[in-house]
Amino acid sequence: MENQYAIEMLHITKKFPGIIANDDITLKLRKGEIHALLGENGAGKSTLMSVLFGLYQPEEGEIHKDGVKADIRNPNDANELGIGMVHQHFKLVECFTVLDNIILGVEPCKGGFLNKEVAREKVMALSDKYGLHVDPDARIEDITVGMQQRTEILKMLYRDNEILIFDEPTAVLTPQEIEELMQIMKNLVKEGKSILFISHKLNEIMEVADRCTVLRKGKYVGTVDVKNSSKEELSRMMVGRDVDFTVHKKALAPGEVILDVENLTVESKMHRNNAVKNVSFQVRSGEIVCIAGIDGNGQTELVYGLTGLEGLKEGKISLCGKDITRASIRKRSASGMSHIPEDRHKHGLVLDYSLEDNMVLQRYFEPRFVDKAGFLKRKEIRAYANNLIEQYDVRSGQGPITMARSMSGGNQQKAIVAREIDKDPQLLVAVQPTRGLDVGAIEYIHKQLVAQRDAGRGVLLVSLELDEVMSVPDRILVMYEGEIVGELDPKKTTVEELGLYMAGAKKEGRKA
Amino acid sequence: MKTQKEPFLKKKWVQSLIASLFCVVLGLLIGYIVLLFINPKGAWDAIGTVVKNFFTYPNPKVALKYFGSTLVKTAPLLMCALSIQFAYKVGLFNIGAAGQYVVGAGACLYMALAWDLPWWICLLGAMAAGAVLGSISGLLKSYCNVNEVISGIMLNWISLYTVNMILSNVKESASPYTYQLASFNPSALIPSMGLGKLFSNNQYVTIAVPLAILMAVVIKIIQDKTLFGYELKATGFSKSAAKYCGMKENRNIILTLAIAGALAGMGAALLFLTGYEQWQCTQSSVPAMGFNGIAATFLGGLSPIGTVIASYFIQHITSGGAYVDKTMYSSQISDLISALIIYLCGFVLFLKYFMNSRIAKREEKASAAAKAAEAASEKESIEPKDVDPNEKGGEE
Repeated sequence: MENQYAIEMLHITKKFPGIIANDDITLKLRKGEIHALLGENGAGKSTLMSVLFGLYQPEEGEIHKDGVKADIRNPNDANELGIGMVHQHFKLVECFTVLDNIILGVEPCKGGFLNKEVAREKVMALSDKYGLHVDPDARIEDITVGMQQRTEILKMLYRDNEILIFDEPTAVLTPQEIEELMQIMKNLVKEGKSILFISHKLNEIMEVADRCTVLRKGKYVGTVDVKNSSKEELSRMMVGRDVDFTVHKKALAPGEVILDVENLTVESKMHRNNAVKNVSFQVRSGEIVCIAGIDGNGQTELVYGLTGLEGLKEGKISLCGKDITRASIRKRSASGMSHIPEDRHKHGLVLDYSLEDNMVLQRYFEPRFVDKAGFLKRKEIRAYANNLIEQYDVRSGQGPITMARSMSGGNQQKAIVAREIDKDPQLLVAVQPTRGLDVGAIEYIHKQLVAQRDAGRGVLLVSLELDEVMSVPDRILVMYEGEIVGELDPKKTTVEELGLYMAGAKKEGRKA
Repeated sequence: MKTQKEPFLKKKWVQSLIASLFCVVLGLLIGYIVLLFINPKGAWDAIGTVVKNFFTYPNPKVALKYFGSTLVKTAPLLMCALSIQFAYKVGLFNIGAAGQYVVGAGACLYMALAWDLPWWICLLGAMAAGAVLGSISGLLKSYCNVNEVISGIMLNWISLYTVNMILSNVKESASPYTYQLASFNPSALIPSMGLGKLFSNNQYVTIAVPLAILMAVVIKIIQDKTLFGYELKATGFSKSAAKYCGMKENRNIILTLAIAGALAGMGAALLFLTGYEQWQCTQSSVPAMGFNGIAATFLGGLSPIGTVIASYFIQHITSGGAYVDKTMYSSQISDLISALIIYLCGFVLFLKYFMNSRIAKREEKASAAAKAAEAASEKESIEPKDVDPNEKGGEE
């Protein structure tokens, strides 16, 4: 009987200093199936795929291809075995055309000269066969993220790969593009390819996958047939307990205007264009306003402008009636603005400072922590930090003297949240506060945001996660290419409608 | 709060000490091998002389006097090392310390010789000159994003020739050296306060030595205990985080380089205002003091206190090199050996890294064994079917 498995990863163990990333994991990919690999952040999904792709060598275990033991020492070996991967962050040369990117590394040559016509024919044929629409002569920097992803897929197909790995492919796509990708994946399988689909989004797995393998904390939990399973069962396997997906909030009672933004324009550092164009909105006390949109549509620059990390080109910002358009970062912070930054490693923490020093990062200069001669009151800082650590349940190896760098992502974020909320702000700006966190930590942070809202503060949430956008805020503002293109009520809108706004297909005022 | 006790080998200062000692021994060993190649007969004696320095004098009184001389030259080296250490903590590499040292020398000598000012004003003048030069690098760095290494190196040369030019106005007519302070303006000599008597009447041993050590302590306190130090270190570790929490990172960069410059400038004053050396107005290379300071900083494990010891050591072997038998080795050999040791000082950081990774590996093995045992006992609990759907069901 013919071997039914395209890839078998048997009892893989991969260790890193201080952590076992993969502990005796077995994954069997059948020919012609879509096999999902599910797990929280840090569960070991990426490590396992890196082992398969030859980026890491496992300490124990074997990989079999079509029943034969394979020795994969580097990505080139993987390529020869027909294994291809679409990385979460695309590996494309920005200033090359689509066609150039596809043939990069396997260029068809004739006497030392490129023969692009041969390549073009093959690419167009593949494109038609699988419904992967691309413009072969467009430069990567000019095309949409969806088309970039299709280019990546074509890259794998051009190399005649049989086993395709998709690493969280939907993270950067709109709902419509996700729909399209699902269809493409189904087409690929129909043509005999086998797909490994890494994700932590249960809806997508339920829709497209045949079987699903779940990892938790580096260990193998089980493999299930998706048909006979449910979202609840999968999430239980992934987290190890039941998860409350709903966010509980008091009834909406918006009060006075906390944040008033008028005609804000922020220049982009990368391009000549303005990243934020003439944006106006308000945040009232007792409400959570969410800025939704696909990554890179000006959200980051908007926050930089609001918090003072970048200068404004035009516009006016008022906080609680006070004009803070030209105020320094410290002044804004003192006027009642707290900021949970997008990049907690770059902005949120001094990684080589201890936890206690990080806890006072926004108030170390207050008379409470420093005497008149300029000496820090270490005892006060320790006591304050211990209090926050206890109150917000921040876990670390050595308590207040733990280096921030050595803490887990979830606890780093908890420390930032504790610090920013304890400032008792009028406005809390939270930018992707749950990025890269596990389900438990996400639940916790959502509760904290809602608690701020219920206490009558204003919360401005910037998020890329659709689940978060739909469940946490009271109002959604959709940003597209630096403009706010729509305001939606999460209770009344649908993911589809949100997607149309996010993709720029729909704009307020001229609804189809 | 429970705090774990760190193992002895993991303590930072222990690691620094071991790494530094290892580099010193390795440097001497390589120096010895080089000497063997040049002239095998005198090698052992020569390397011994370098290490012995003033102990080569059998008379303890004479030895004590020359110990004093080594200390005199340690003070400026220590100041340069502190200058580099201070900037390094803020993430800046102050290679311009050499130039700041030069303008410090120029300022204090000119003020002493042309304007007949007392020593303490000359000392302040030297600090001010160094600070001005340092802040030029700082301004360029913070407003034009010019790397402080580049601007520092260029300023080193600009300051050398400027100082040569200015000090030519106060030099002896028959030699390229500036006037002798002792005869020209004794009030500009740093007071000895009886310290010279302790070192067999070495007139050059002054309060400059304790002053330099005091500065090391002051720097240590500023860095560890004050608000200013907290801000500076935060800026050094993460410029973006410092900006995020509202620190004025541009001001901090300028201020840091100004202070670093003042320290290096002060170092020059602590040497030239003892009268131990005169400035040679024809010199065409930047004095090595500022560059040796880099080595002293790293050998001292980037701590102000470690820097005190490292500065002394480097000066010790540099002075010792002068006693090497010139009939067997050319006179440059002393510089070569001290340069080799100084060069190896750069390995201190590498060695620390190596030690840490060794310790981490050993710990990992231990923890892996512990985890394996743990995993065996809880194996059942990770079976998928074991998750009870009703476990936390009543949470509505």
